Amino acid sequence: MSLTPAELTSSVTGGIGTSPQRPDGNLKVRGEFAYASDLWHEDMIWGSTLRSPHPYARIVSIDLTEALEVPGVYAVLTHEDVPGANLYGLEHKDQPVLAVDVVRYQGEAVALVGADHPETATRAMKRIKVEYEVLEPVVDMETAADDTPLHPGGNLVRHVPIRRGGQAPTADVVVTGRYEVGMQDQAFLGPESGLAVPAEDGGVDLYIATQWLHVDQGQVASALGMPLDKVRLTLSGVGGAFGGREDLSMQVHACMLALHTRKPVKMVYNREESFYGHVHRHPAVLHYEHGATNDGKLVYVKARIFLDGGAYASSTGAVVANAATLGVGPYEVDNVTIDCYGVYTNNPPCGAMRGFGAVQAGFAYESQMDKLADALGMDPVDVRIANAMTEGSVMPTGQVVDSAAPVAQLLKLVKDKPLPPVSTTLDLRSMPGGVSNTTHGEGVVRGIGYAVGIKNVCFSEGYDDYSTARVRVQVINGELVALAHTAACEVGQGLVTIMQQIVRTELGVQRVTILPMDTSIGNGGSTSASRQTYVTGGAVKAACAAVRDKLAKLAGGRDLSEVDLVELLGDDVVDETVEWRHRATEPLDPETGQGNAHVQYGFAAHRAVVDVDVELGLVKVVELDCAQDVGNALNPQAVLGQIQGGSAQGLGLAVMEEIQTSGGKVRNPSFTDYLIPTVLDMPPMSIDVLELADPNAPYGVRGVGEPPTISSTPAIVAAIRAATGLALTRVPVRPEHITGT
Amino acid sequence: MIEVVPSEGGVVPAAVEVGLVVNGEARRLVVEPRVTLLDALRERLGLTGAKKGCDHGECGACTVLVDDRRIYSCTTLAVMQEGRRVTTVEGLGTPESPHPVQAAFVEHDGMQCGMCTPGQVVSAVALIAEGHAGSEDEIREWMSGNLCRCAAYPGIVAAVRAAAGGAS
Ligand code: FES
Ligand code: FES
Repeated sequence: MSLTPAELTSSVTGGIGTSPQRPDGNLKVRGEFAYASDLWHEDMIWGSTLRSPHPYARIVSIDLTEALEVPGVYAVLTHEDVPGANLYGLEHKDQPVLAVDVVRYQGEAVALVGADHPETATRAMKRIKVEYEVLEPVVDMETAADDTPLHPGGNLVRHVPIRRGGQAPTADVVVTGRYEVGMQDQAFLGPESGLAVPAEDGGVDLYIATQWLHVDQGQVASALGMPLDKVRLTLSGVGGAFGGREDLSMQVHACMLALHTRKPVKMVYNREESFYGHVHRHPAVLHYEHGATNDGKLVYVKARIFLDGGAYASSTGAVVANAATLGVGPYEVDNVTIDCYGVYTNNPPCGAMRGFGAVQAGFAYESQMDKLADALGMDPVDVRIANAMTEGSVMPTGQVVDSAAPVAQLLKLVKDKPLPPVSTTLDLRSMPGGVSNTTHGEGVVRGIGYAVGIKNVCFSEGYDDYSTARVRVQVINGELVALAHTAACEVGQGLVTIMQQIVRTELGVQRVTILPMDTSIGNGGSTSASRQTYVTGGAVKAACAAVRDKLAKLAGGRDLSEVDLVELLGDDVVDETVEWRHRATEPLDPETGQGNAHVQYGFAAHRAVVDVDVELGLVKVVELDCAQDVGNALNPQAVLGQIQGGSAQGLGLAVMEEIQTSGGKVRNPSFTDYLIPTVLDMPPMSIDVLELADPNAPYGVRGVGEPPTISSTPAIVAAIRAATGLALTRVPVRPEHITGT
Repeated sequence: MIEVVPSEGGVVPAAVEVGLVVNGEARRLVVEPRVTLLDALRERLGLTGAKKGCDHGECGACTVLVDDRRIYSCTTLAVMQEGRRVTTVEGLGTPESPHPVQAAFVEHDGMQCGMCTPGQVVSAVALIAEGHAGSEDEIREWMSGNLCRCAAYPGIVAAVRAAAGGAS
């Protein structure tokens, strides 16, 4: 098998606004799409990682002697073998490649083994003697900032205050609440994996499943003490990401082993190790106070939000900014006081996961809106509509929302849908508990809930967020073909399909080949923040425009639509590379949290209908309807897929998914104990897609992937509350929260 | 959960020979008795279509057919399948002529990342043969052993329904 992924072309055609088949679809259904875990090299050895069993401990000593004696072992490495800087991180370089003197979370990498077989490596790891002095872990996010400092600068990673309008407001009606969000896992189906091959020039080639090739490249090169051009990354098949591949996992480790042994090194995490091998969604504690007039207009919102970053910062800073700036939701509020804190603890490190920051805040502010509706005796949708932001509204940051914000319309759309009938058949499959045969309808109560959410799209706070695209046209066998090349990662969302569609639309060329994504071209930015169609889509569009300009020159001023391009080009090649960036953003004022920090906002609303077995605490989500504005659905089928997928992950957070920790230790690192939605949990969804173009974005697009993840969770919990009358202030809602046992 | 690790004394059970008919071809391989069918397929026969999502019978990514029945290949040992017919996703169709289920998954976009797709496709082939594709509810019930984290479930169900000859 070749390590370099296949070039993707497809026989189907279709420009923007259509839903052509994905060009990698045939490979995927045949089992021939090469995921990172499928890669193979004849001479390769296997790398394994020895991890800390303790959430917090001092490393007294490490003895490798016996491990090195195991036949078949090529190398055993510790922090002493890290050739370059032993600290890395997305925002703060605070995480060691391999632990030095101290471990700060259970699962922290301590040593590496390279061996002829994974089981040889396992055997060797058991012979590494690490003596630990176990320390008392810091695990409470609300008190962590004043607890034992885990890093030189203390345990506060970031505090974002928002101060807008009056700071001592009064209101007719006040509701308060304390909410908790559990730690969710991305649980991508393809565990972390990669293959590092030492190169003749002394560098290394890494074939890897990731979300951001260039940020990996920079961090790996720094840890290896090598110039960037010696560390080349190629994207292999990615089995899902959802934020969990934005940080490094085994990238540096595999390269260290490869350079040390001069052999190709493959590393693949198993499912349990994957739970320790990537960052999770920040658990949160959120204290809210909403004040409103008697007719339901919000007067003020106050919030204190704590986000548990775990042992290392990862993207905690950005998550804190999101939770703060989006902390009142898609509502107009004149007076806002928010303090949002991200802290270090000895819990598992947390970072990016779909909707990051906005998901945690969304559960709290939407729970508050329901509580407010209840206090006012108002309909929960009416109270939301009474406060809904619109285009021109001002965010708590002072930023004016300068494109469509159809919050009221989205709520009306989901409210006006016909409700599913109450099941009259006794089909067990439609009951809470399903075919486990736990009820035949007795004790089952239906509830309906609503929620709406807001998410920023693209990178914020002044980050120079851009993507690079290269488009080439030439004649091959008498046919005009185009090639498109970027380093933007396809992780399943369908970016490769969108790139083909854009090239077809812009150049009128039907045959479009997508080259493998790698670091031989400039940065494509991260596949996160719902940004790739916007930013890499924008870059591909701009590269096509540059190609068109060149072709026009060749055509000597003739109208291109009247020129036979095959004849015009002949043996010539037109090849243009463009770096494209969205409009600039600004940092937040550190005292007041004011500033035009975000590029674009996305909105979605959900209505959830649930049946709850109130005796057993089991929940069946009967229907989950959604309305979302996507600006312009470049690929309508892919848009629906994102809304379905995002909603399902929100459902998971509502009723199933949590990494449970005790004393910093993970109690459920398996798919037996960490449950994700199956096809039976996936409810029918009626989806309305609005296309209100954003004049600032290419084709008017609005990021799609995250907004549905925000509102799905609170809508489902609101429905469970409606069915049970319970307060339910924590997600996931577990059966015992419903039964009180 | 049984953790399979070599004993501390380094006594590894002797390798044994096993014969399988894989995708219509008789294959003989020498494996240690504790090697799973999934590892034998992926690492010994180079058939990486079946995926390892969990290795513990929790996700369905490793689904293959043994004598036309669906099985999680991570939860059975290669030696237990001596003489049997094993069909992986690679054995279902050809690039020129994909299996109708494969074609339907592409047509209905029953995937995003595709990591679960080989398992879904193999499972769907068996489910249709079992006569369990009569309705969407039935499809959901009988496909519930195959997780999809991307939650491409609506497309998956539509694909199975179409391949089974139902309304598309
Ligand atoms: S890998 Fe076999 S069931 Fe998950
Ligand atoms: S398509 Fe990604 S897990 Fe199913």
